[in-house]
Amino acid sequence: MVEHSRNPNPSTDASPSQADRVGEPVARVTRGLSRRLRTPLPAEANGDGGVTREESPSPASRTIPPAHVDAPPAGTPAATPAAPTAQKGSVSDPLGTRQVAGKKPEPSSEGLLSIGTQLQSRYKILGVVGIGGMGAVYRAQDLRFPGVMRVCAVKEMINTATDPVVRQIIIRNFEREASILATLSHPAIPQVYDYFTEGSRSYLVLEFIEGKDLEARIAKLFQSGEKGTMIGTEGYSPPEQYRGVAEPRGDVYALGATMHHLLSKQDPRLEPPFSFKERPIHQTNPTVSREVVSVVEKSLEYDINERWGSAEEFQRALLSVPAARGLVGIKGDTTNFLGPGVVKPIWRFACEDEVRGSVTVANDIVLAPSYDHNVYALDVDDGRFLWKYAAEGGVGSSPTVADGMVVFGSTDSVIYSVDLMDGYLVWTAGTKGRVYSTAFAQFDHVFIGSDDGNLYAIHTQSGRKAWEYAADGPIRSRPFVDDQLVIFSCHVGLVYALTLNRKLKWRFRARRGILASPVLSEGLVLIGSLDWNFYALDSRSGMTAWKYRTGGAIVSTAAICGDLVIFGSADGYIYALQPSDGRMVWRYGTEGQVTGSVTFYEGAVYVGGVDGALYCLDARSGTLRWRYQTDGAITGAPFAEDGVVYFGSGDHCVYAMPA
Amino acid sequence: MSGISRWLRSLLDGETAQDQEAVLNGQGDAGPLGVQEAAFEHQVAIEVDSRSAHPADLFEVGWKTDTGVVRDHNEDAVYVFTGCLDARESTSGFGLFMVADGMGGHAGGEEASALALRTAASHLIDGVYVPLLSRSERGAEQPAMSDMVRQAVEAANAAVNRDLPGSGTTLTYGMVAGSRLFVGHVGDSRAYLLRGADAPRVLTRDHSLVRRLVEVGQLTEAEAAVHPERNVLYRAVGQSETLDVDVTTLPLEAGDQLLLCSDGLWNMVAEAEIQSVVTSSDDVQTACEKLVEAANAAGGEDNVTVVLVRTNIW
Repeated sequence: MVEHSRNPNPSTDASPSQADRVGEPVARVTRGLSRRLRTPLPAEANGDGGVTREESPSPASRTIPPAHVDAPPAGTPAATPAAPTAQKGSVSDPLGTRQVAGKKPEPSSEGLLSIGTQLQSRYKILGVVGIGGMGAVYRAQDLRFPGVMRVCAVKEMINTATDPVVRQIIIRNFEREASILATLSHPAIPQVYDYFTEGSRSYLVLEFIEGKDLEARIAKLFQSGEKGTMIGTEGYSPPEQYRGVAEPRGDVYALGATMHHLLSKQDPRLEPPFSFKERPIHQTNPTVSREVVSVVEKSLEYDINERWGSAEEFQRALLSVPAARGLVGIKGDTTNFLGPGVVKPIWRFACEDEVRGSVTVANDIVLAPSYDHNVYALDVDDGRFLWKYAAEGGVGSSPTVADGMVVFGSTDSVIYSVDLMDGYLVWTAGTKGRVYSTAFAQFDHVFIGSDDGNLYAIHTQSGRKAWEYAADGPIRSRPFVDDQLVIFSCHVGLVYALTLNRKLKWRFRARRGILASPVLSEGLVLIGSLDWNFYALDSRSGMTAWKYRTGGAIVSTAAICGDLVIFGSADGYIYALQPSDGRMVWRYGTEGQVTGSVTFYEGAVYVGGVDGALYCLDARSGTLRWRYQTDGAITGAPFAEDGVVYFGSGDHCVYAMPA
Repeated sequence: MSGISRWLRSLLDGETAQDQEAVLNGQGDAGPLGVQEAAFEHQVAIEVDSRSAHPADLFEVGWKTDTGVVRDHNEDAVYVFTGCLDARESTSGFGLFMVADGMGGHAGGEEASALALRTAASHLIDGVYVPLLSRSERGAEQPAMSDMVRQAVEAANAAVNRDLPGSGTTLTYGMVAGSRLFVGHVGDSRAYLLRGADAPRVLTRDHSLVRRLVEVGQLTEAEAAVHPERNVLYRAVGQSETLDVDVTTLPLEAGDQLLLCSDGLWNMVAEAEIQSVVTSSDDVQTACEKLVEAANAAGGEDNVTVVLVRTNIW
């Protein structure tokens, strides 16, 4: 997460901006852990609070919450270990998160060791690297190695406590920190060489690592000169610190935040504060195992009582993740989250050819179109055959129920209407092309298209054509009709909006064909195209309110699922977008293209894939609830009712599954 | 670029700076249609169609910006533009209503808010309004509106980063195209939709630290209202090279009112009071003036800016 170079050659440290340069790995060591220990965090983050703690705050100090301005009294739990780490943390943040860029705290010459000073007759001060709240960090030469220029970092803590007990506590804590650091060995942690106390100052001698200040590099932040709005980011700090709460579970959060950063590859300082939950790790890094994700997510609960109770508990939880899985999950493990066989069909019914269209249910009758020329009527409870109606051609269209009749088209160019209860033919309407389109019933009429390029409005009871509208190509989708508009798509890539008396309101042209059907929500026509884009068109004007580009052709018809619009793409993903702005909320990767249309039922999304699987996803999160594998592509929309989901497959079967 | 576009651009680029400043600095108290706005509409009507256009029938616009009681200068800025095509084959309106609340030392804040408005408005008039006037077929070749809305703010961000480093601004605006509203938003200025007797609906989400803390359940509304860090933003125009812009869109209904304001209003005046002032005022300009008075009566801690648009979309 941090770039730096380990350069032992001190001559490269000739940059004039030495104040920017600190032993930044120190910052890394302490960033997570020091939060708890340093109650005065925002003050430290403010830079000005750090250096001038003893001096009167500047008039602009309204930027600093009073609770954080001063170090806590020695008696508070947070104060005891505060001193050494506060120094360290402050040193690492010379350019605080709310500091005006370019206005770094002026190193107060007062109290600084001058160049050439020797400590313990061994460490010769070469310059100041950075200044923190409790002292400075110096670049120094270790004179014990006279033949070479051995450079080290000397970190200073000035003990300003007047109470002798507090003084002792501070010194003891400093020594404890030094001892702990000395036992750690890691490439990302600077080595500790030595520590000692001279008068009121304690020193830690560390490996000197070249680098740039982390905060300075990442946060280009500023505040107003006087009053007014300021800018800041939070990053790793727990939310409860803004209520003045500082305790060890804040460290659990900070550590979790660091792990989230590493795993998700998203720097929290560049994201809205406290937004980890909105940026699930899987969204940017699907290879992380579920177990690890859930352990990390628990450490990031905003409610402190929901988090791991301690670092030890957090550690145990992480270590309990099966070693075989480790940090990296099995690719695609999500799709087998529930193993095969967990969800079983209630019944299934075999037709004699593929079921490509959508099934529908009315009056406890399941209606299924098949390429074997039949529309089948089956009993919802057990899939028992009730009747079938044989057209002269395949039925790729999906049946629509209107006024007790089932309306559908066939490749024999005819639109049929048969009685729902017994399958007797009521009327037919001829067209001059194959009929793959699905009817939409509204205002005593059915609206249905044909490969002859016409959209027909047909009186439902009589079968009489009220009007027809000539489009620019075959119409194979399902129109949408409300009290203002008739909206439909045409195979050649056009969307039309007609008034109810077939006057053209607008026409929209995609870059390639459109096979999906339009869906309406909040005055937007939502539809995908073979040009890989999913469009949201203003229903009144046809202008593009927004569009979202997927990685493949979109054949799938979308569905409004709660607050989201969800559809599949030939790129293999099922997408969930926010209709108000077209932003992706989640997407789910399947094993193959997703051309099936989407059905929403009771918080779940049902959609079939060309891979033959029916996917049931949680609509809000996009996580898999279950999947069921069939032996053929699923291209229609499932239908869900009374706890059961019905769908057809290219394996000729109609399935009923528990929803 | 069309003649209108050139003409508008020249205004937005500050070539006729005096008039433009009057609008940008919010001294447009002349009424719902200030002198400058009337000129805009007049010009548009002449260039597009010789017949009279009645944009006031589509949008009634009022605005008011004020330094407040505590501050000594006003870093807020306003931009208002309406256009209408009243022609044989169709009638369509276009409106652009923007508020910016600048921040940064010296004159940085007021310069940033003005620059952001100029830049974003130019972008939208070129990229949305001018193409809308041309009767080209709708299609994938045209940019999506929400992309334009977002890009306008990105352009403002680039301009502030380039010309006014170290300063920043909020930017919240409503763009009405036909009967659809688009909202572009960064910072803690707000857009409200007032529909019928419903409570005001906030269309924007404050990009502020305390708002996040409220959202994640760590602060109550009451705690947030007095929190010492309530001014801290985590997102603003001019903050960084990349900027995440909130864009939202919804269909308008006849009689809908859009209210844009800086935090100087909503920090001082409760939403219920805002609503009662708006509904009890005879005209939009009076409502804006009363709202500013209410903010100042409550302490006037910050610059306060209000734009109120009553839409009469058919």
